[in-house]
Amino acid sequence: MADHSHDSHDHPSFNHPAPIPMLFGVFIALVGLTVATVVTSNIELAQFAFPVAMAIATLKAFLVGAFFMHMWWDKGFNILVFLSSLLFVTLFIGMTMLDTGSNLEQVESFPTTETSSLSTTEY
Amino acid sequence: MAIAETHDTHGEHHDDHHDHGEFIAHHFESPEQQFDSGKLGIWIFLVTEVLFFSGLFVLYTLYRNYHPEIFQVAHHYLDKNLGCLNTIVLLFSSLTMALAVRSAQTGKNKNCETYLLITMVCATIFLGVKAVEYSHKWDLGIWPRSMFHYHEGVHETGIFGLSNYLIKLSVIPTLLLVGFAGYAAFQYLTDKANNARFYIGMTIMVLGYFAGVVGGVVYQNAIAGDSHAHAALQTAAPLMLHAATIDKSSAGHDDHVHADGEGDSHDDHDHADVPAGSQESVPDSVGIFFSIYYCMTGLHAIHIIGGIVALAWIYRRSQLGHWREDYFGPVDYVGLYWHLVDLIWIYLFPLLYLID
Repeated sequence: MADHSHDSHDHPSFNHPAPIPMLFGVFIALVGLTVATVVTSNIELAQFAFPVAMAIATLKAFLVGAFFMHMWWDKGFNILVFLSSLLFVTLFIGMTMLDTGSNLEQVESFPTTETSSLSTTEY
Repeated sequence: MAIAETHDTHGEHHDDHHDHGEFIAHHFESPEQQFDSGKLGIWIFLVTEVLFFSGLFVLYTLYRNYHPEIFQVAHHYLDKNLGCLNTIVLLFSSLTMALAVRSAQTGKNKNCETYLLITMVCATIFLGVKAVEYSHKWDLGIWPRSMFHYHEGVHETGIFGLSNYLIKLSVIPTLLLVGFAGYAAFQYLTDKANNARFYIGMTIMVLGYFAGVVGGVVYQNAIAGDSHAHAALQTAAPLMLHAATIDKSSAGHDDHVHADGEGDSHDDHDHADVPAGSQESVPDSVGIFFSIYYCMTGLHAIHIIGGIVALAWIYRRSQLGHWREDYFGPVDYVGLYWHLVDLIWIYLFPLLYLID
């Protein structure tokens, strides 16, 4: 990479120290969101409880990733590599979930067939 | 990264001859190239970590999808407050880690050393609280599915009324504490103050575990003593209700779950001798949640322990004054790993503790 590698003053070009107030700000935001997720878990949110908890967790993950992990200033390729893993996790979970209903019949008929020792091999 | 460790020169400050920099491996053109290579390497490692954990997340999603009722009941056994405390401890360790990276980037080795020590202490506090949580569950018979047998109240205790499991878990930290403290004293007496400083740091690091244990135990005693009746009403009552509904509504699933092999006679026995409405009517299938819980939090704890070892390594190197404006890669890389471990906990906490 870059063969003109900076005649090194105090900060070489690959060195981006994060501002201290920002780091503390992010920490306070993370603690605030942690408290928020505990509080919301105590409220009746019915079917929204899970999406809300996941949204807060994702926001926290964004804060940690972007600022603590310096992704905000990182090279595009590194970010691409990391985010691609999330894509594959989504595929992994998504594809598995697509399949979950498909063998429910066998699952439900299991108790009637369990006397046969062969049937256990299906699982 | 191949690093020529030349301890004899660490004290002096090179001015910026990059190609001859102390820790620049000869196959790299410049410090920047070395840094970028290492950074890409650690990102790829983090990708493998994410995929590694994703298997467990798939397991979680599947079982929650099949048996939401088990998750509804089971999470009542987890203490939200301890989980929340641990989350904040871990977030704080992430903050000090980020500050340590910053100090390394600005060449402030002393600050870096301090921040890394705080990070390690937070990590061991986390493990200490976790040890209290685990041992408390084991006392109640809350084990993974194959060993799960919930029973309230009857457990023998060891010294100071502590759980026997907690004492067993604390054996290794105690040995480490004695070892590090003893070795620090030995190094100090043999006039190796520099080495002694490292082992004093390690001693403080292990003390964090005991701080976490003491904090957790004090908290649990406060809960148990001060509001026993209240707690029983609050947690146990809805819990039993749920347990009862599980027994009825998902009997089919339940049997299916139990049917794999040895479990049958055991289960019959459970259901037979338990009087209706008693505390023991928690079905063993709830143990499935805890199989998942122990896998996920256990794997996470192993990562914390691995992180502590890596942190100890860069802690030692900060003491040796290795970091400069153009050489701070290792701190950055360990920092990224540490933040990832934090990231995973950020998801584990609501998924396991905050099920509504």
